[in-house]
Amino acid sequence: MSTADIEPDAASAPPASMKSGGRRFGDALFNALSVGSGLLIFVTLAAVAIFLTLESLPAIIASREFSGSADFSLIEYSLPLVFGTVLASAIALVIAIPISLGIALFISHFAPRRLASALGYMIDLLAAVPSVVYGLWGGVWLVPKLEPLYVFLNTYFGWIPLFAGEPTAPMRNLASASVVLAVMVLPIITAVSREVFLQTPRLQEEAALALGATRWETIRTVVLPFGRGGVVAASMLGLGRALGETMAVLMILAPGATFSLHILEVGRHNSIAANIASKQAEASGVDMSLLIFTGLVLFVLTFVINAIARWIVARSGPKS
Amino acid sequence: MAAPQPINVEDLNIYYGDFLAVEGVDVQIRPRSVTALIGPSGCGKSTFLRTLNRMHEVIPGAYAKGKVEINGEDIYDAKVDPVNVRRRVGMVFQKANPFPTMSIRDNVLAGVKLNNRRISKSAADELVERALKGANLWNEVKDRLDKPGMGLSGGQQQRLCIARTIAVKPEVVLMDEPCSALDPISTLAIEDLIHELKEEYTIVIVTHNMQQASRVSDRTGFFNIAGTGKPGHLIEIDDTDTIFTNPSNKQTEDYISGRFG
Amino acid sequence: MSTPTTVRTEPSVHRPRDERRLPWYHLVFTGIAGLLVAIAVLAIVGALSVTSAILLGFVLHLLFGWGYSLLREGPRWATDRLMTLLVIGAFAISMFPLLSLLWSVISRGLTRVIAARPTTFAFWTEDMSGIIGGADAGGVFHAIVGTLLITLWASIISIPVGLFTAIFLVEYANVGWKRTLGRGVTFLVDVMTGIPSIVAGLFGLAVFIAFMPDQSVRMGIMGAVALSLLMIPTVVRNSEEMLRLVPMDLREAAYALGVPKWLTIVKVVLRTAIAGLTTGITLAIARVIGETAPLLLTVGMVTSVNWNMFDGRMATLPTFINQQYRNGNANCMSDTVTNPINQEVYACAVSTNIDRAWAAAFTLIVIVMVLNIIARMISHYFSPKLSR
Repeated sequence: MSTADIEPDAASAPPASMKSGGRRFGDALFNALSVGSGLLIFVTLAAVAIFLTLESLPAIIASREFSGSADFSLIEYSLPLVFGTVLASAIALVIAIPISLGIALFISHFAPRRLASALGYMIDLLAAVPSVVYGLWGGVWLVPKLEPLYVFLNTYFGWIPLFAGEPTAPMRNLASASVVLAVMVLPIITAVSREVFLQTPRLQEEAALALGATRWETIRTVVLPFGRGGVVAASMLGLGRALGETMAVLMILAPGATFSLHILEVGRHNSIAANIASKQAEASGVDMSLLIFTGLVLFVLTFVINAIARWIVARSGPKS
Repeated sequence: MAAPQPINVEDLNIYYGDFLAVEGVDVQIRPRSVTALIGPSGCGKSTFLRTLNRMHEVIPGAYAKGKVEINGEDIYDAKVDPVNVRRRVGMVFQKANPFPTMSIRDNVLAGVKLNNRRISKSAADELVERALKGANLWNEVKDRLDKPGMGLSGGQQQRLCIARTIAVKPEVVLMDEPCSALDPISTLAIEDLIHELKEEYTIVIVTHNMQQASRVSDRTGFFNIAGTGKPGHLIEIDDTDTIFTNPSNKQTEDYISGRFG
Repeated sequence: MSTPTTVRTEPSVHRPRDERRLPWYHLVFTGIAGLLVAIAVLAIVGALSVTSAILLGFVLHLLFGWGYSLLREGPRWATDRLMTLLVIGAFAISMFPLLSLLWSVISRGLTRVIAARPTTFAFWTEDMSGIIGGADAGGVFHAIVGTLLITLWASIISIPVGLFTAIFLVEYANVGWKRTLGRGVTFLVDVMTGIPSIVAGLFGLAVFIAFMPDQSVRMGIMGAVALSLLMIPTVVRNSEEMLRLVPMDLREAAYALGVPKWLTIVKVVLRTAIAGLTTGITLAIARVIGETAPLLLTVGMVTSVNWNMFDGRMATLPTFINQQYRNGNANCMSDTVTNPINQEVYACAVSTNIDRAWAAAFTLIVIVMVLNIIARMISHYFSPKLSR
């Protein structure tokens, strides 16, 4: 086995010297493109903050809080919107969290293992449906279906402030918007909780079962305590999504601007996002600036919520 | 080609970030021969091996200081491009790592194709055949060159990696425990191959297996470490027979005779 | 749509000898009993419907099943059964909106799509020019063109930026200042993931009206910029995950052959991860293609095809759905409506706007589902087998 007598290929022969004149062009280019893209992310987010602030400045300057003389107030304008946004999202979470936990437990601990991944896929499908289709479905199909339920709640549980007031058909109220929001955040909360539940140490679970615990007792004493942090984080992520959702609220809710707790009443609430979407077409000048200001408020609100969620994930997330 | 020169290593210190992993290596590695590096786990023999083709610095934060001369050129000179060093000093890894997306043929040609060089069909055929024959793999795979490289057995995959390495015509081949994941028969095939390869290449092999070192190598170097967190040192290097029968250092003797490690 | 479902084996249940459990089919009996009582009660109250019977029946089933188990098996097993039923119930409830939504979209949307007005599938080939009042005609060709163009441009912006950011995070951000930068980028990508879509729309609007004399400017590229803000973080995250799956071995093998870093990235890392990358990017496209709010703000609405991304408003499927829905029921003064442009005469239908909304929703869902199926097929058939 001797290859010394065969001519070496020019293509594969090593270079004569190992020294190189300069840096390789391809390497320099790739380095620049990669670092540049990373920096672009910084620039983009800075641009988002800068442009939103810049464009909302006219409204801030002209506002009563700043100039003392104008005919509108930033706080009076924004606060009912913030209230509506938070209330709708909170109710959506109250509906979605227990159902999501149920689904997550069903997939992780109850369903036959052959079915589990198919069922998980069904839930993921819910996340793939565009929000405008949810809005259409909610507005056309769901709202009339919810009417008897609202009448029932209002008649028999009207003594609870939430269900008080005078609901009138069509039920384009905050409750309907919240139900659709709940459906939209369901897949997010389910997906994260399911992953956390599956991380429960097997030995602890089996130990509980071996001691004669029922399946539910095992879940209550082992799985739920283990997954608590993850569930809280999942709910916060869902909250972030619900706060920023536009279409479900825009297409279902008949808007108003009050601090009413009567979620069955029509024309009482609105959310920041839906308000921007409905007013932007006619807005210009200071009006547009005011809408952009509320957008900035929403940005900060969701940023804080998401930051808390990620902080919880980082602190108590499953260690793998 | 001019008469091959030895690899000269002078006062080489190897770091992982702030941690000094191997200290003060001075050694001359003879050309066209097999040098084995032995020693207990974590003593820095693999780390040292990886500095000979500047693969060490691929690990984030890792670097080496000192002088390593190959053919009279210091590969740690500021002007030297590590990519060019690696074209002359090939490497075979502990675990066979053929490219999963490539056929057997493309795996052999990887050094050419990944570098975007053009090569004629006939030259490529010749190179593939020569490299596979050089790695004693030709007869086993010549009928399925277009099949994926991942379809081969572990020992065949490792020989494919050797073929891939010698296809770029290096002067030196570094082997980092090439047989540790293989069965005895595949190991034997690789050891036979090493014997043949030293006709043309300078070979440095790291091994855990002292029998293997004594079977394949002409010279053997012994690395040791004083304790966890301390740097590794090259204790001694000598002809393999001397190291295994009459080592000059007490530590080497203890290790060879199985008193520790 | 990204987290794969992991499945675990059912732990076998050990239970004490003295607690005998009822056979599973006792649930069938309590279920039937619950349903029958529910129907009876609802019939007496006068609120009988399929939905109410199922809901009340389920609640009664919980009660009966729990009560019977309590009598026969004791409180611990009764609670276990109750919780099992609740968990299954939660899953069933979540299937309810999915199935009813899909059913509505298919039954109402597909009907309108294949309806022969004027020819079958004309809904996909005609636009809305001259369609006024309750005219039972028109289609979404202009909106499909708009959606595809805007998504294409958003992809042209987002995929290179997202992919190179992922390459930066995985291949370059290992030491020194790049490591610090990488941590910052990871954090900011997280922040971007949480940006509400309406805020992305405001950004697209704010950037352009800051530099344009005309404050009412709306055009396709503004929408593409807004969508990019939502798409980039998804591309970065999905790609980063895939690039990290490529074993370090392969990079080292390439380096040891004297292959420069950039060629190693292109020909080994990207080549090995290509299936996963394509899947991730397809899912990112599927996610933004249905976005509505940013487009409401940035591209407006028109009735005919606009191919120019840099001039004039554009129609898209999501905004079209929203617009037709908001138009609500049409007002039919007479049986026919005449197109003022080409003098064609159409029938007048009260529900025409809502029908078009459903048909457009069907079209959009088909596009999204096709993208999802393509993504799944790519990841299933084209992944290299990495023996680990």
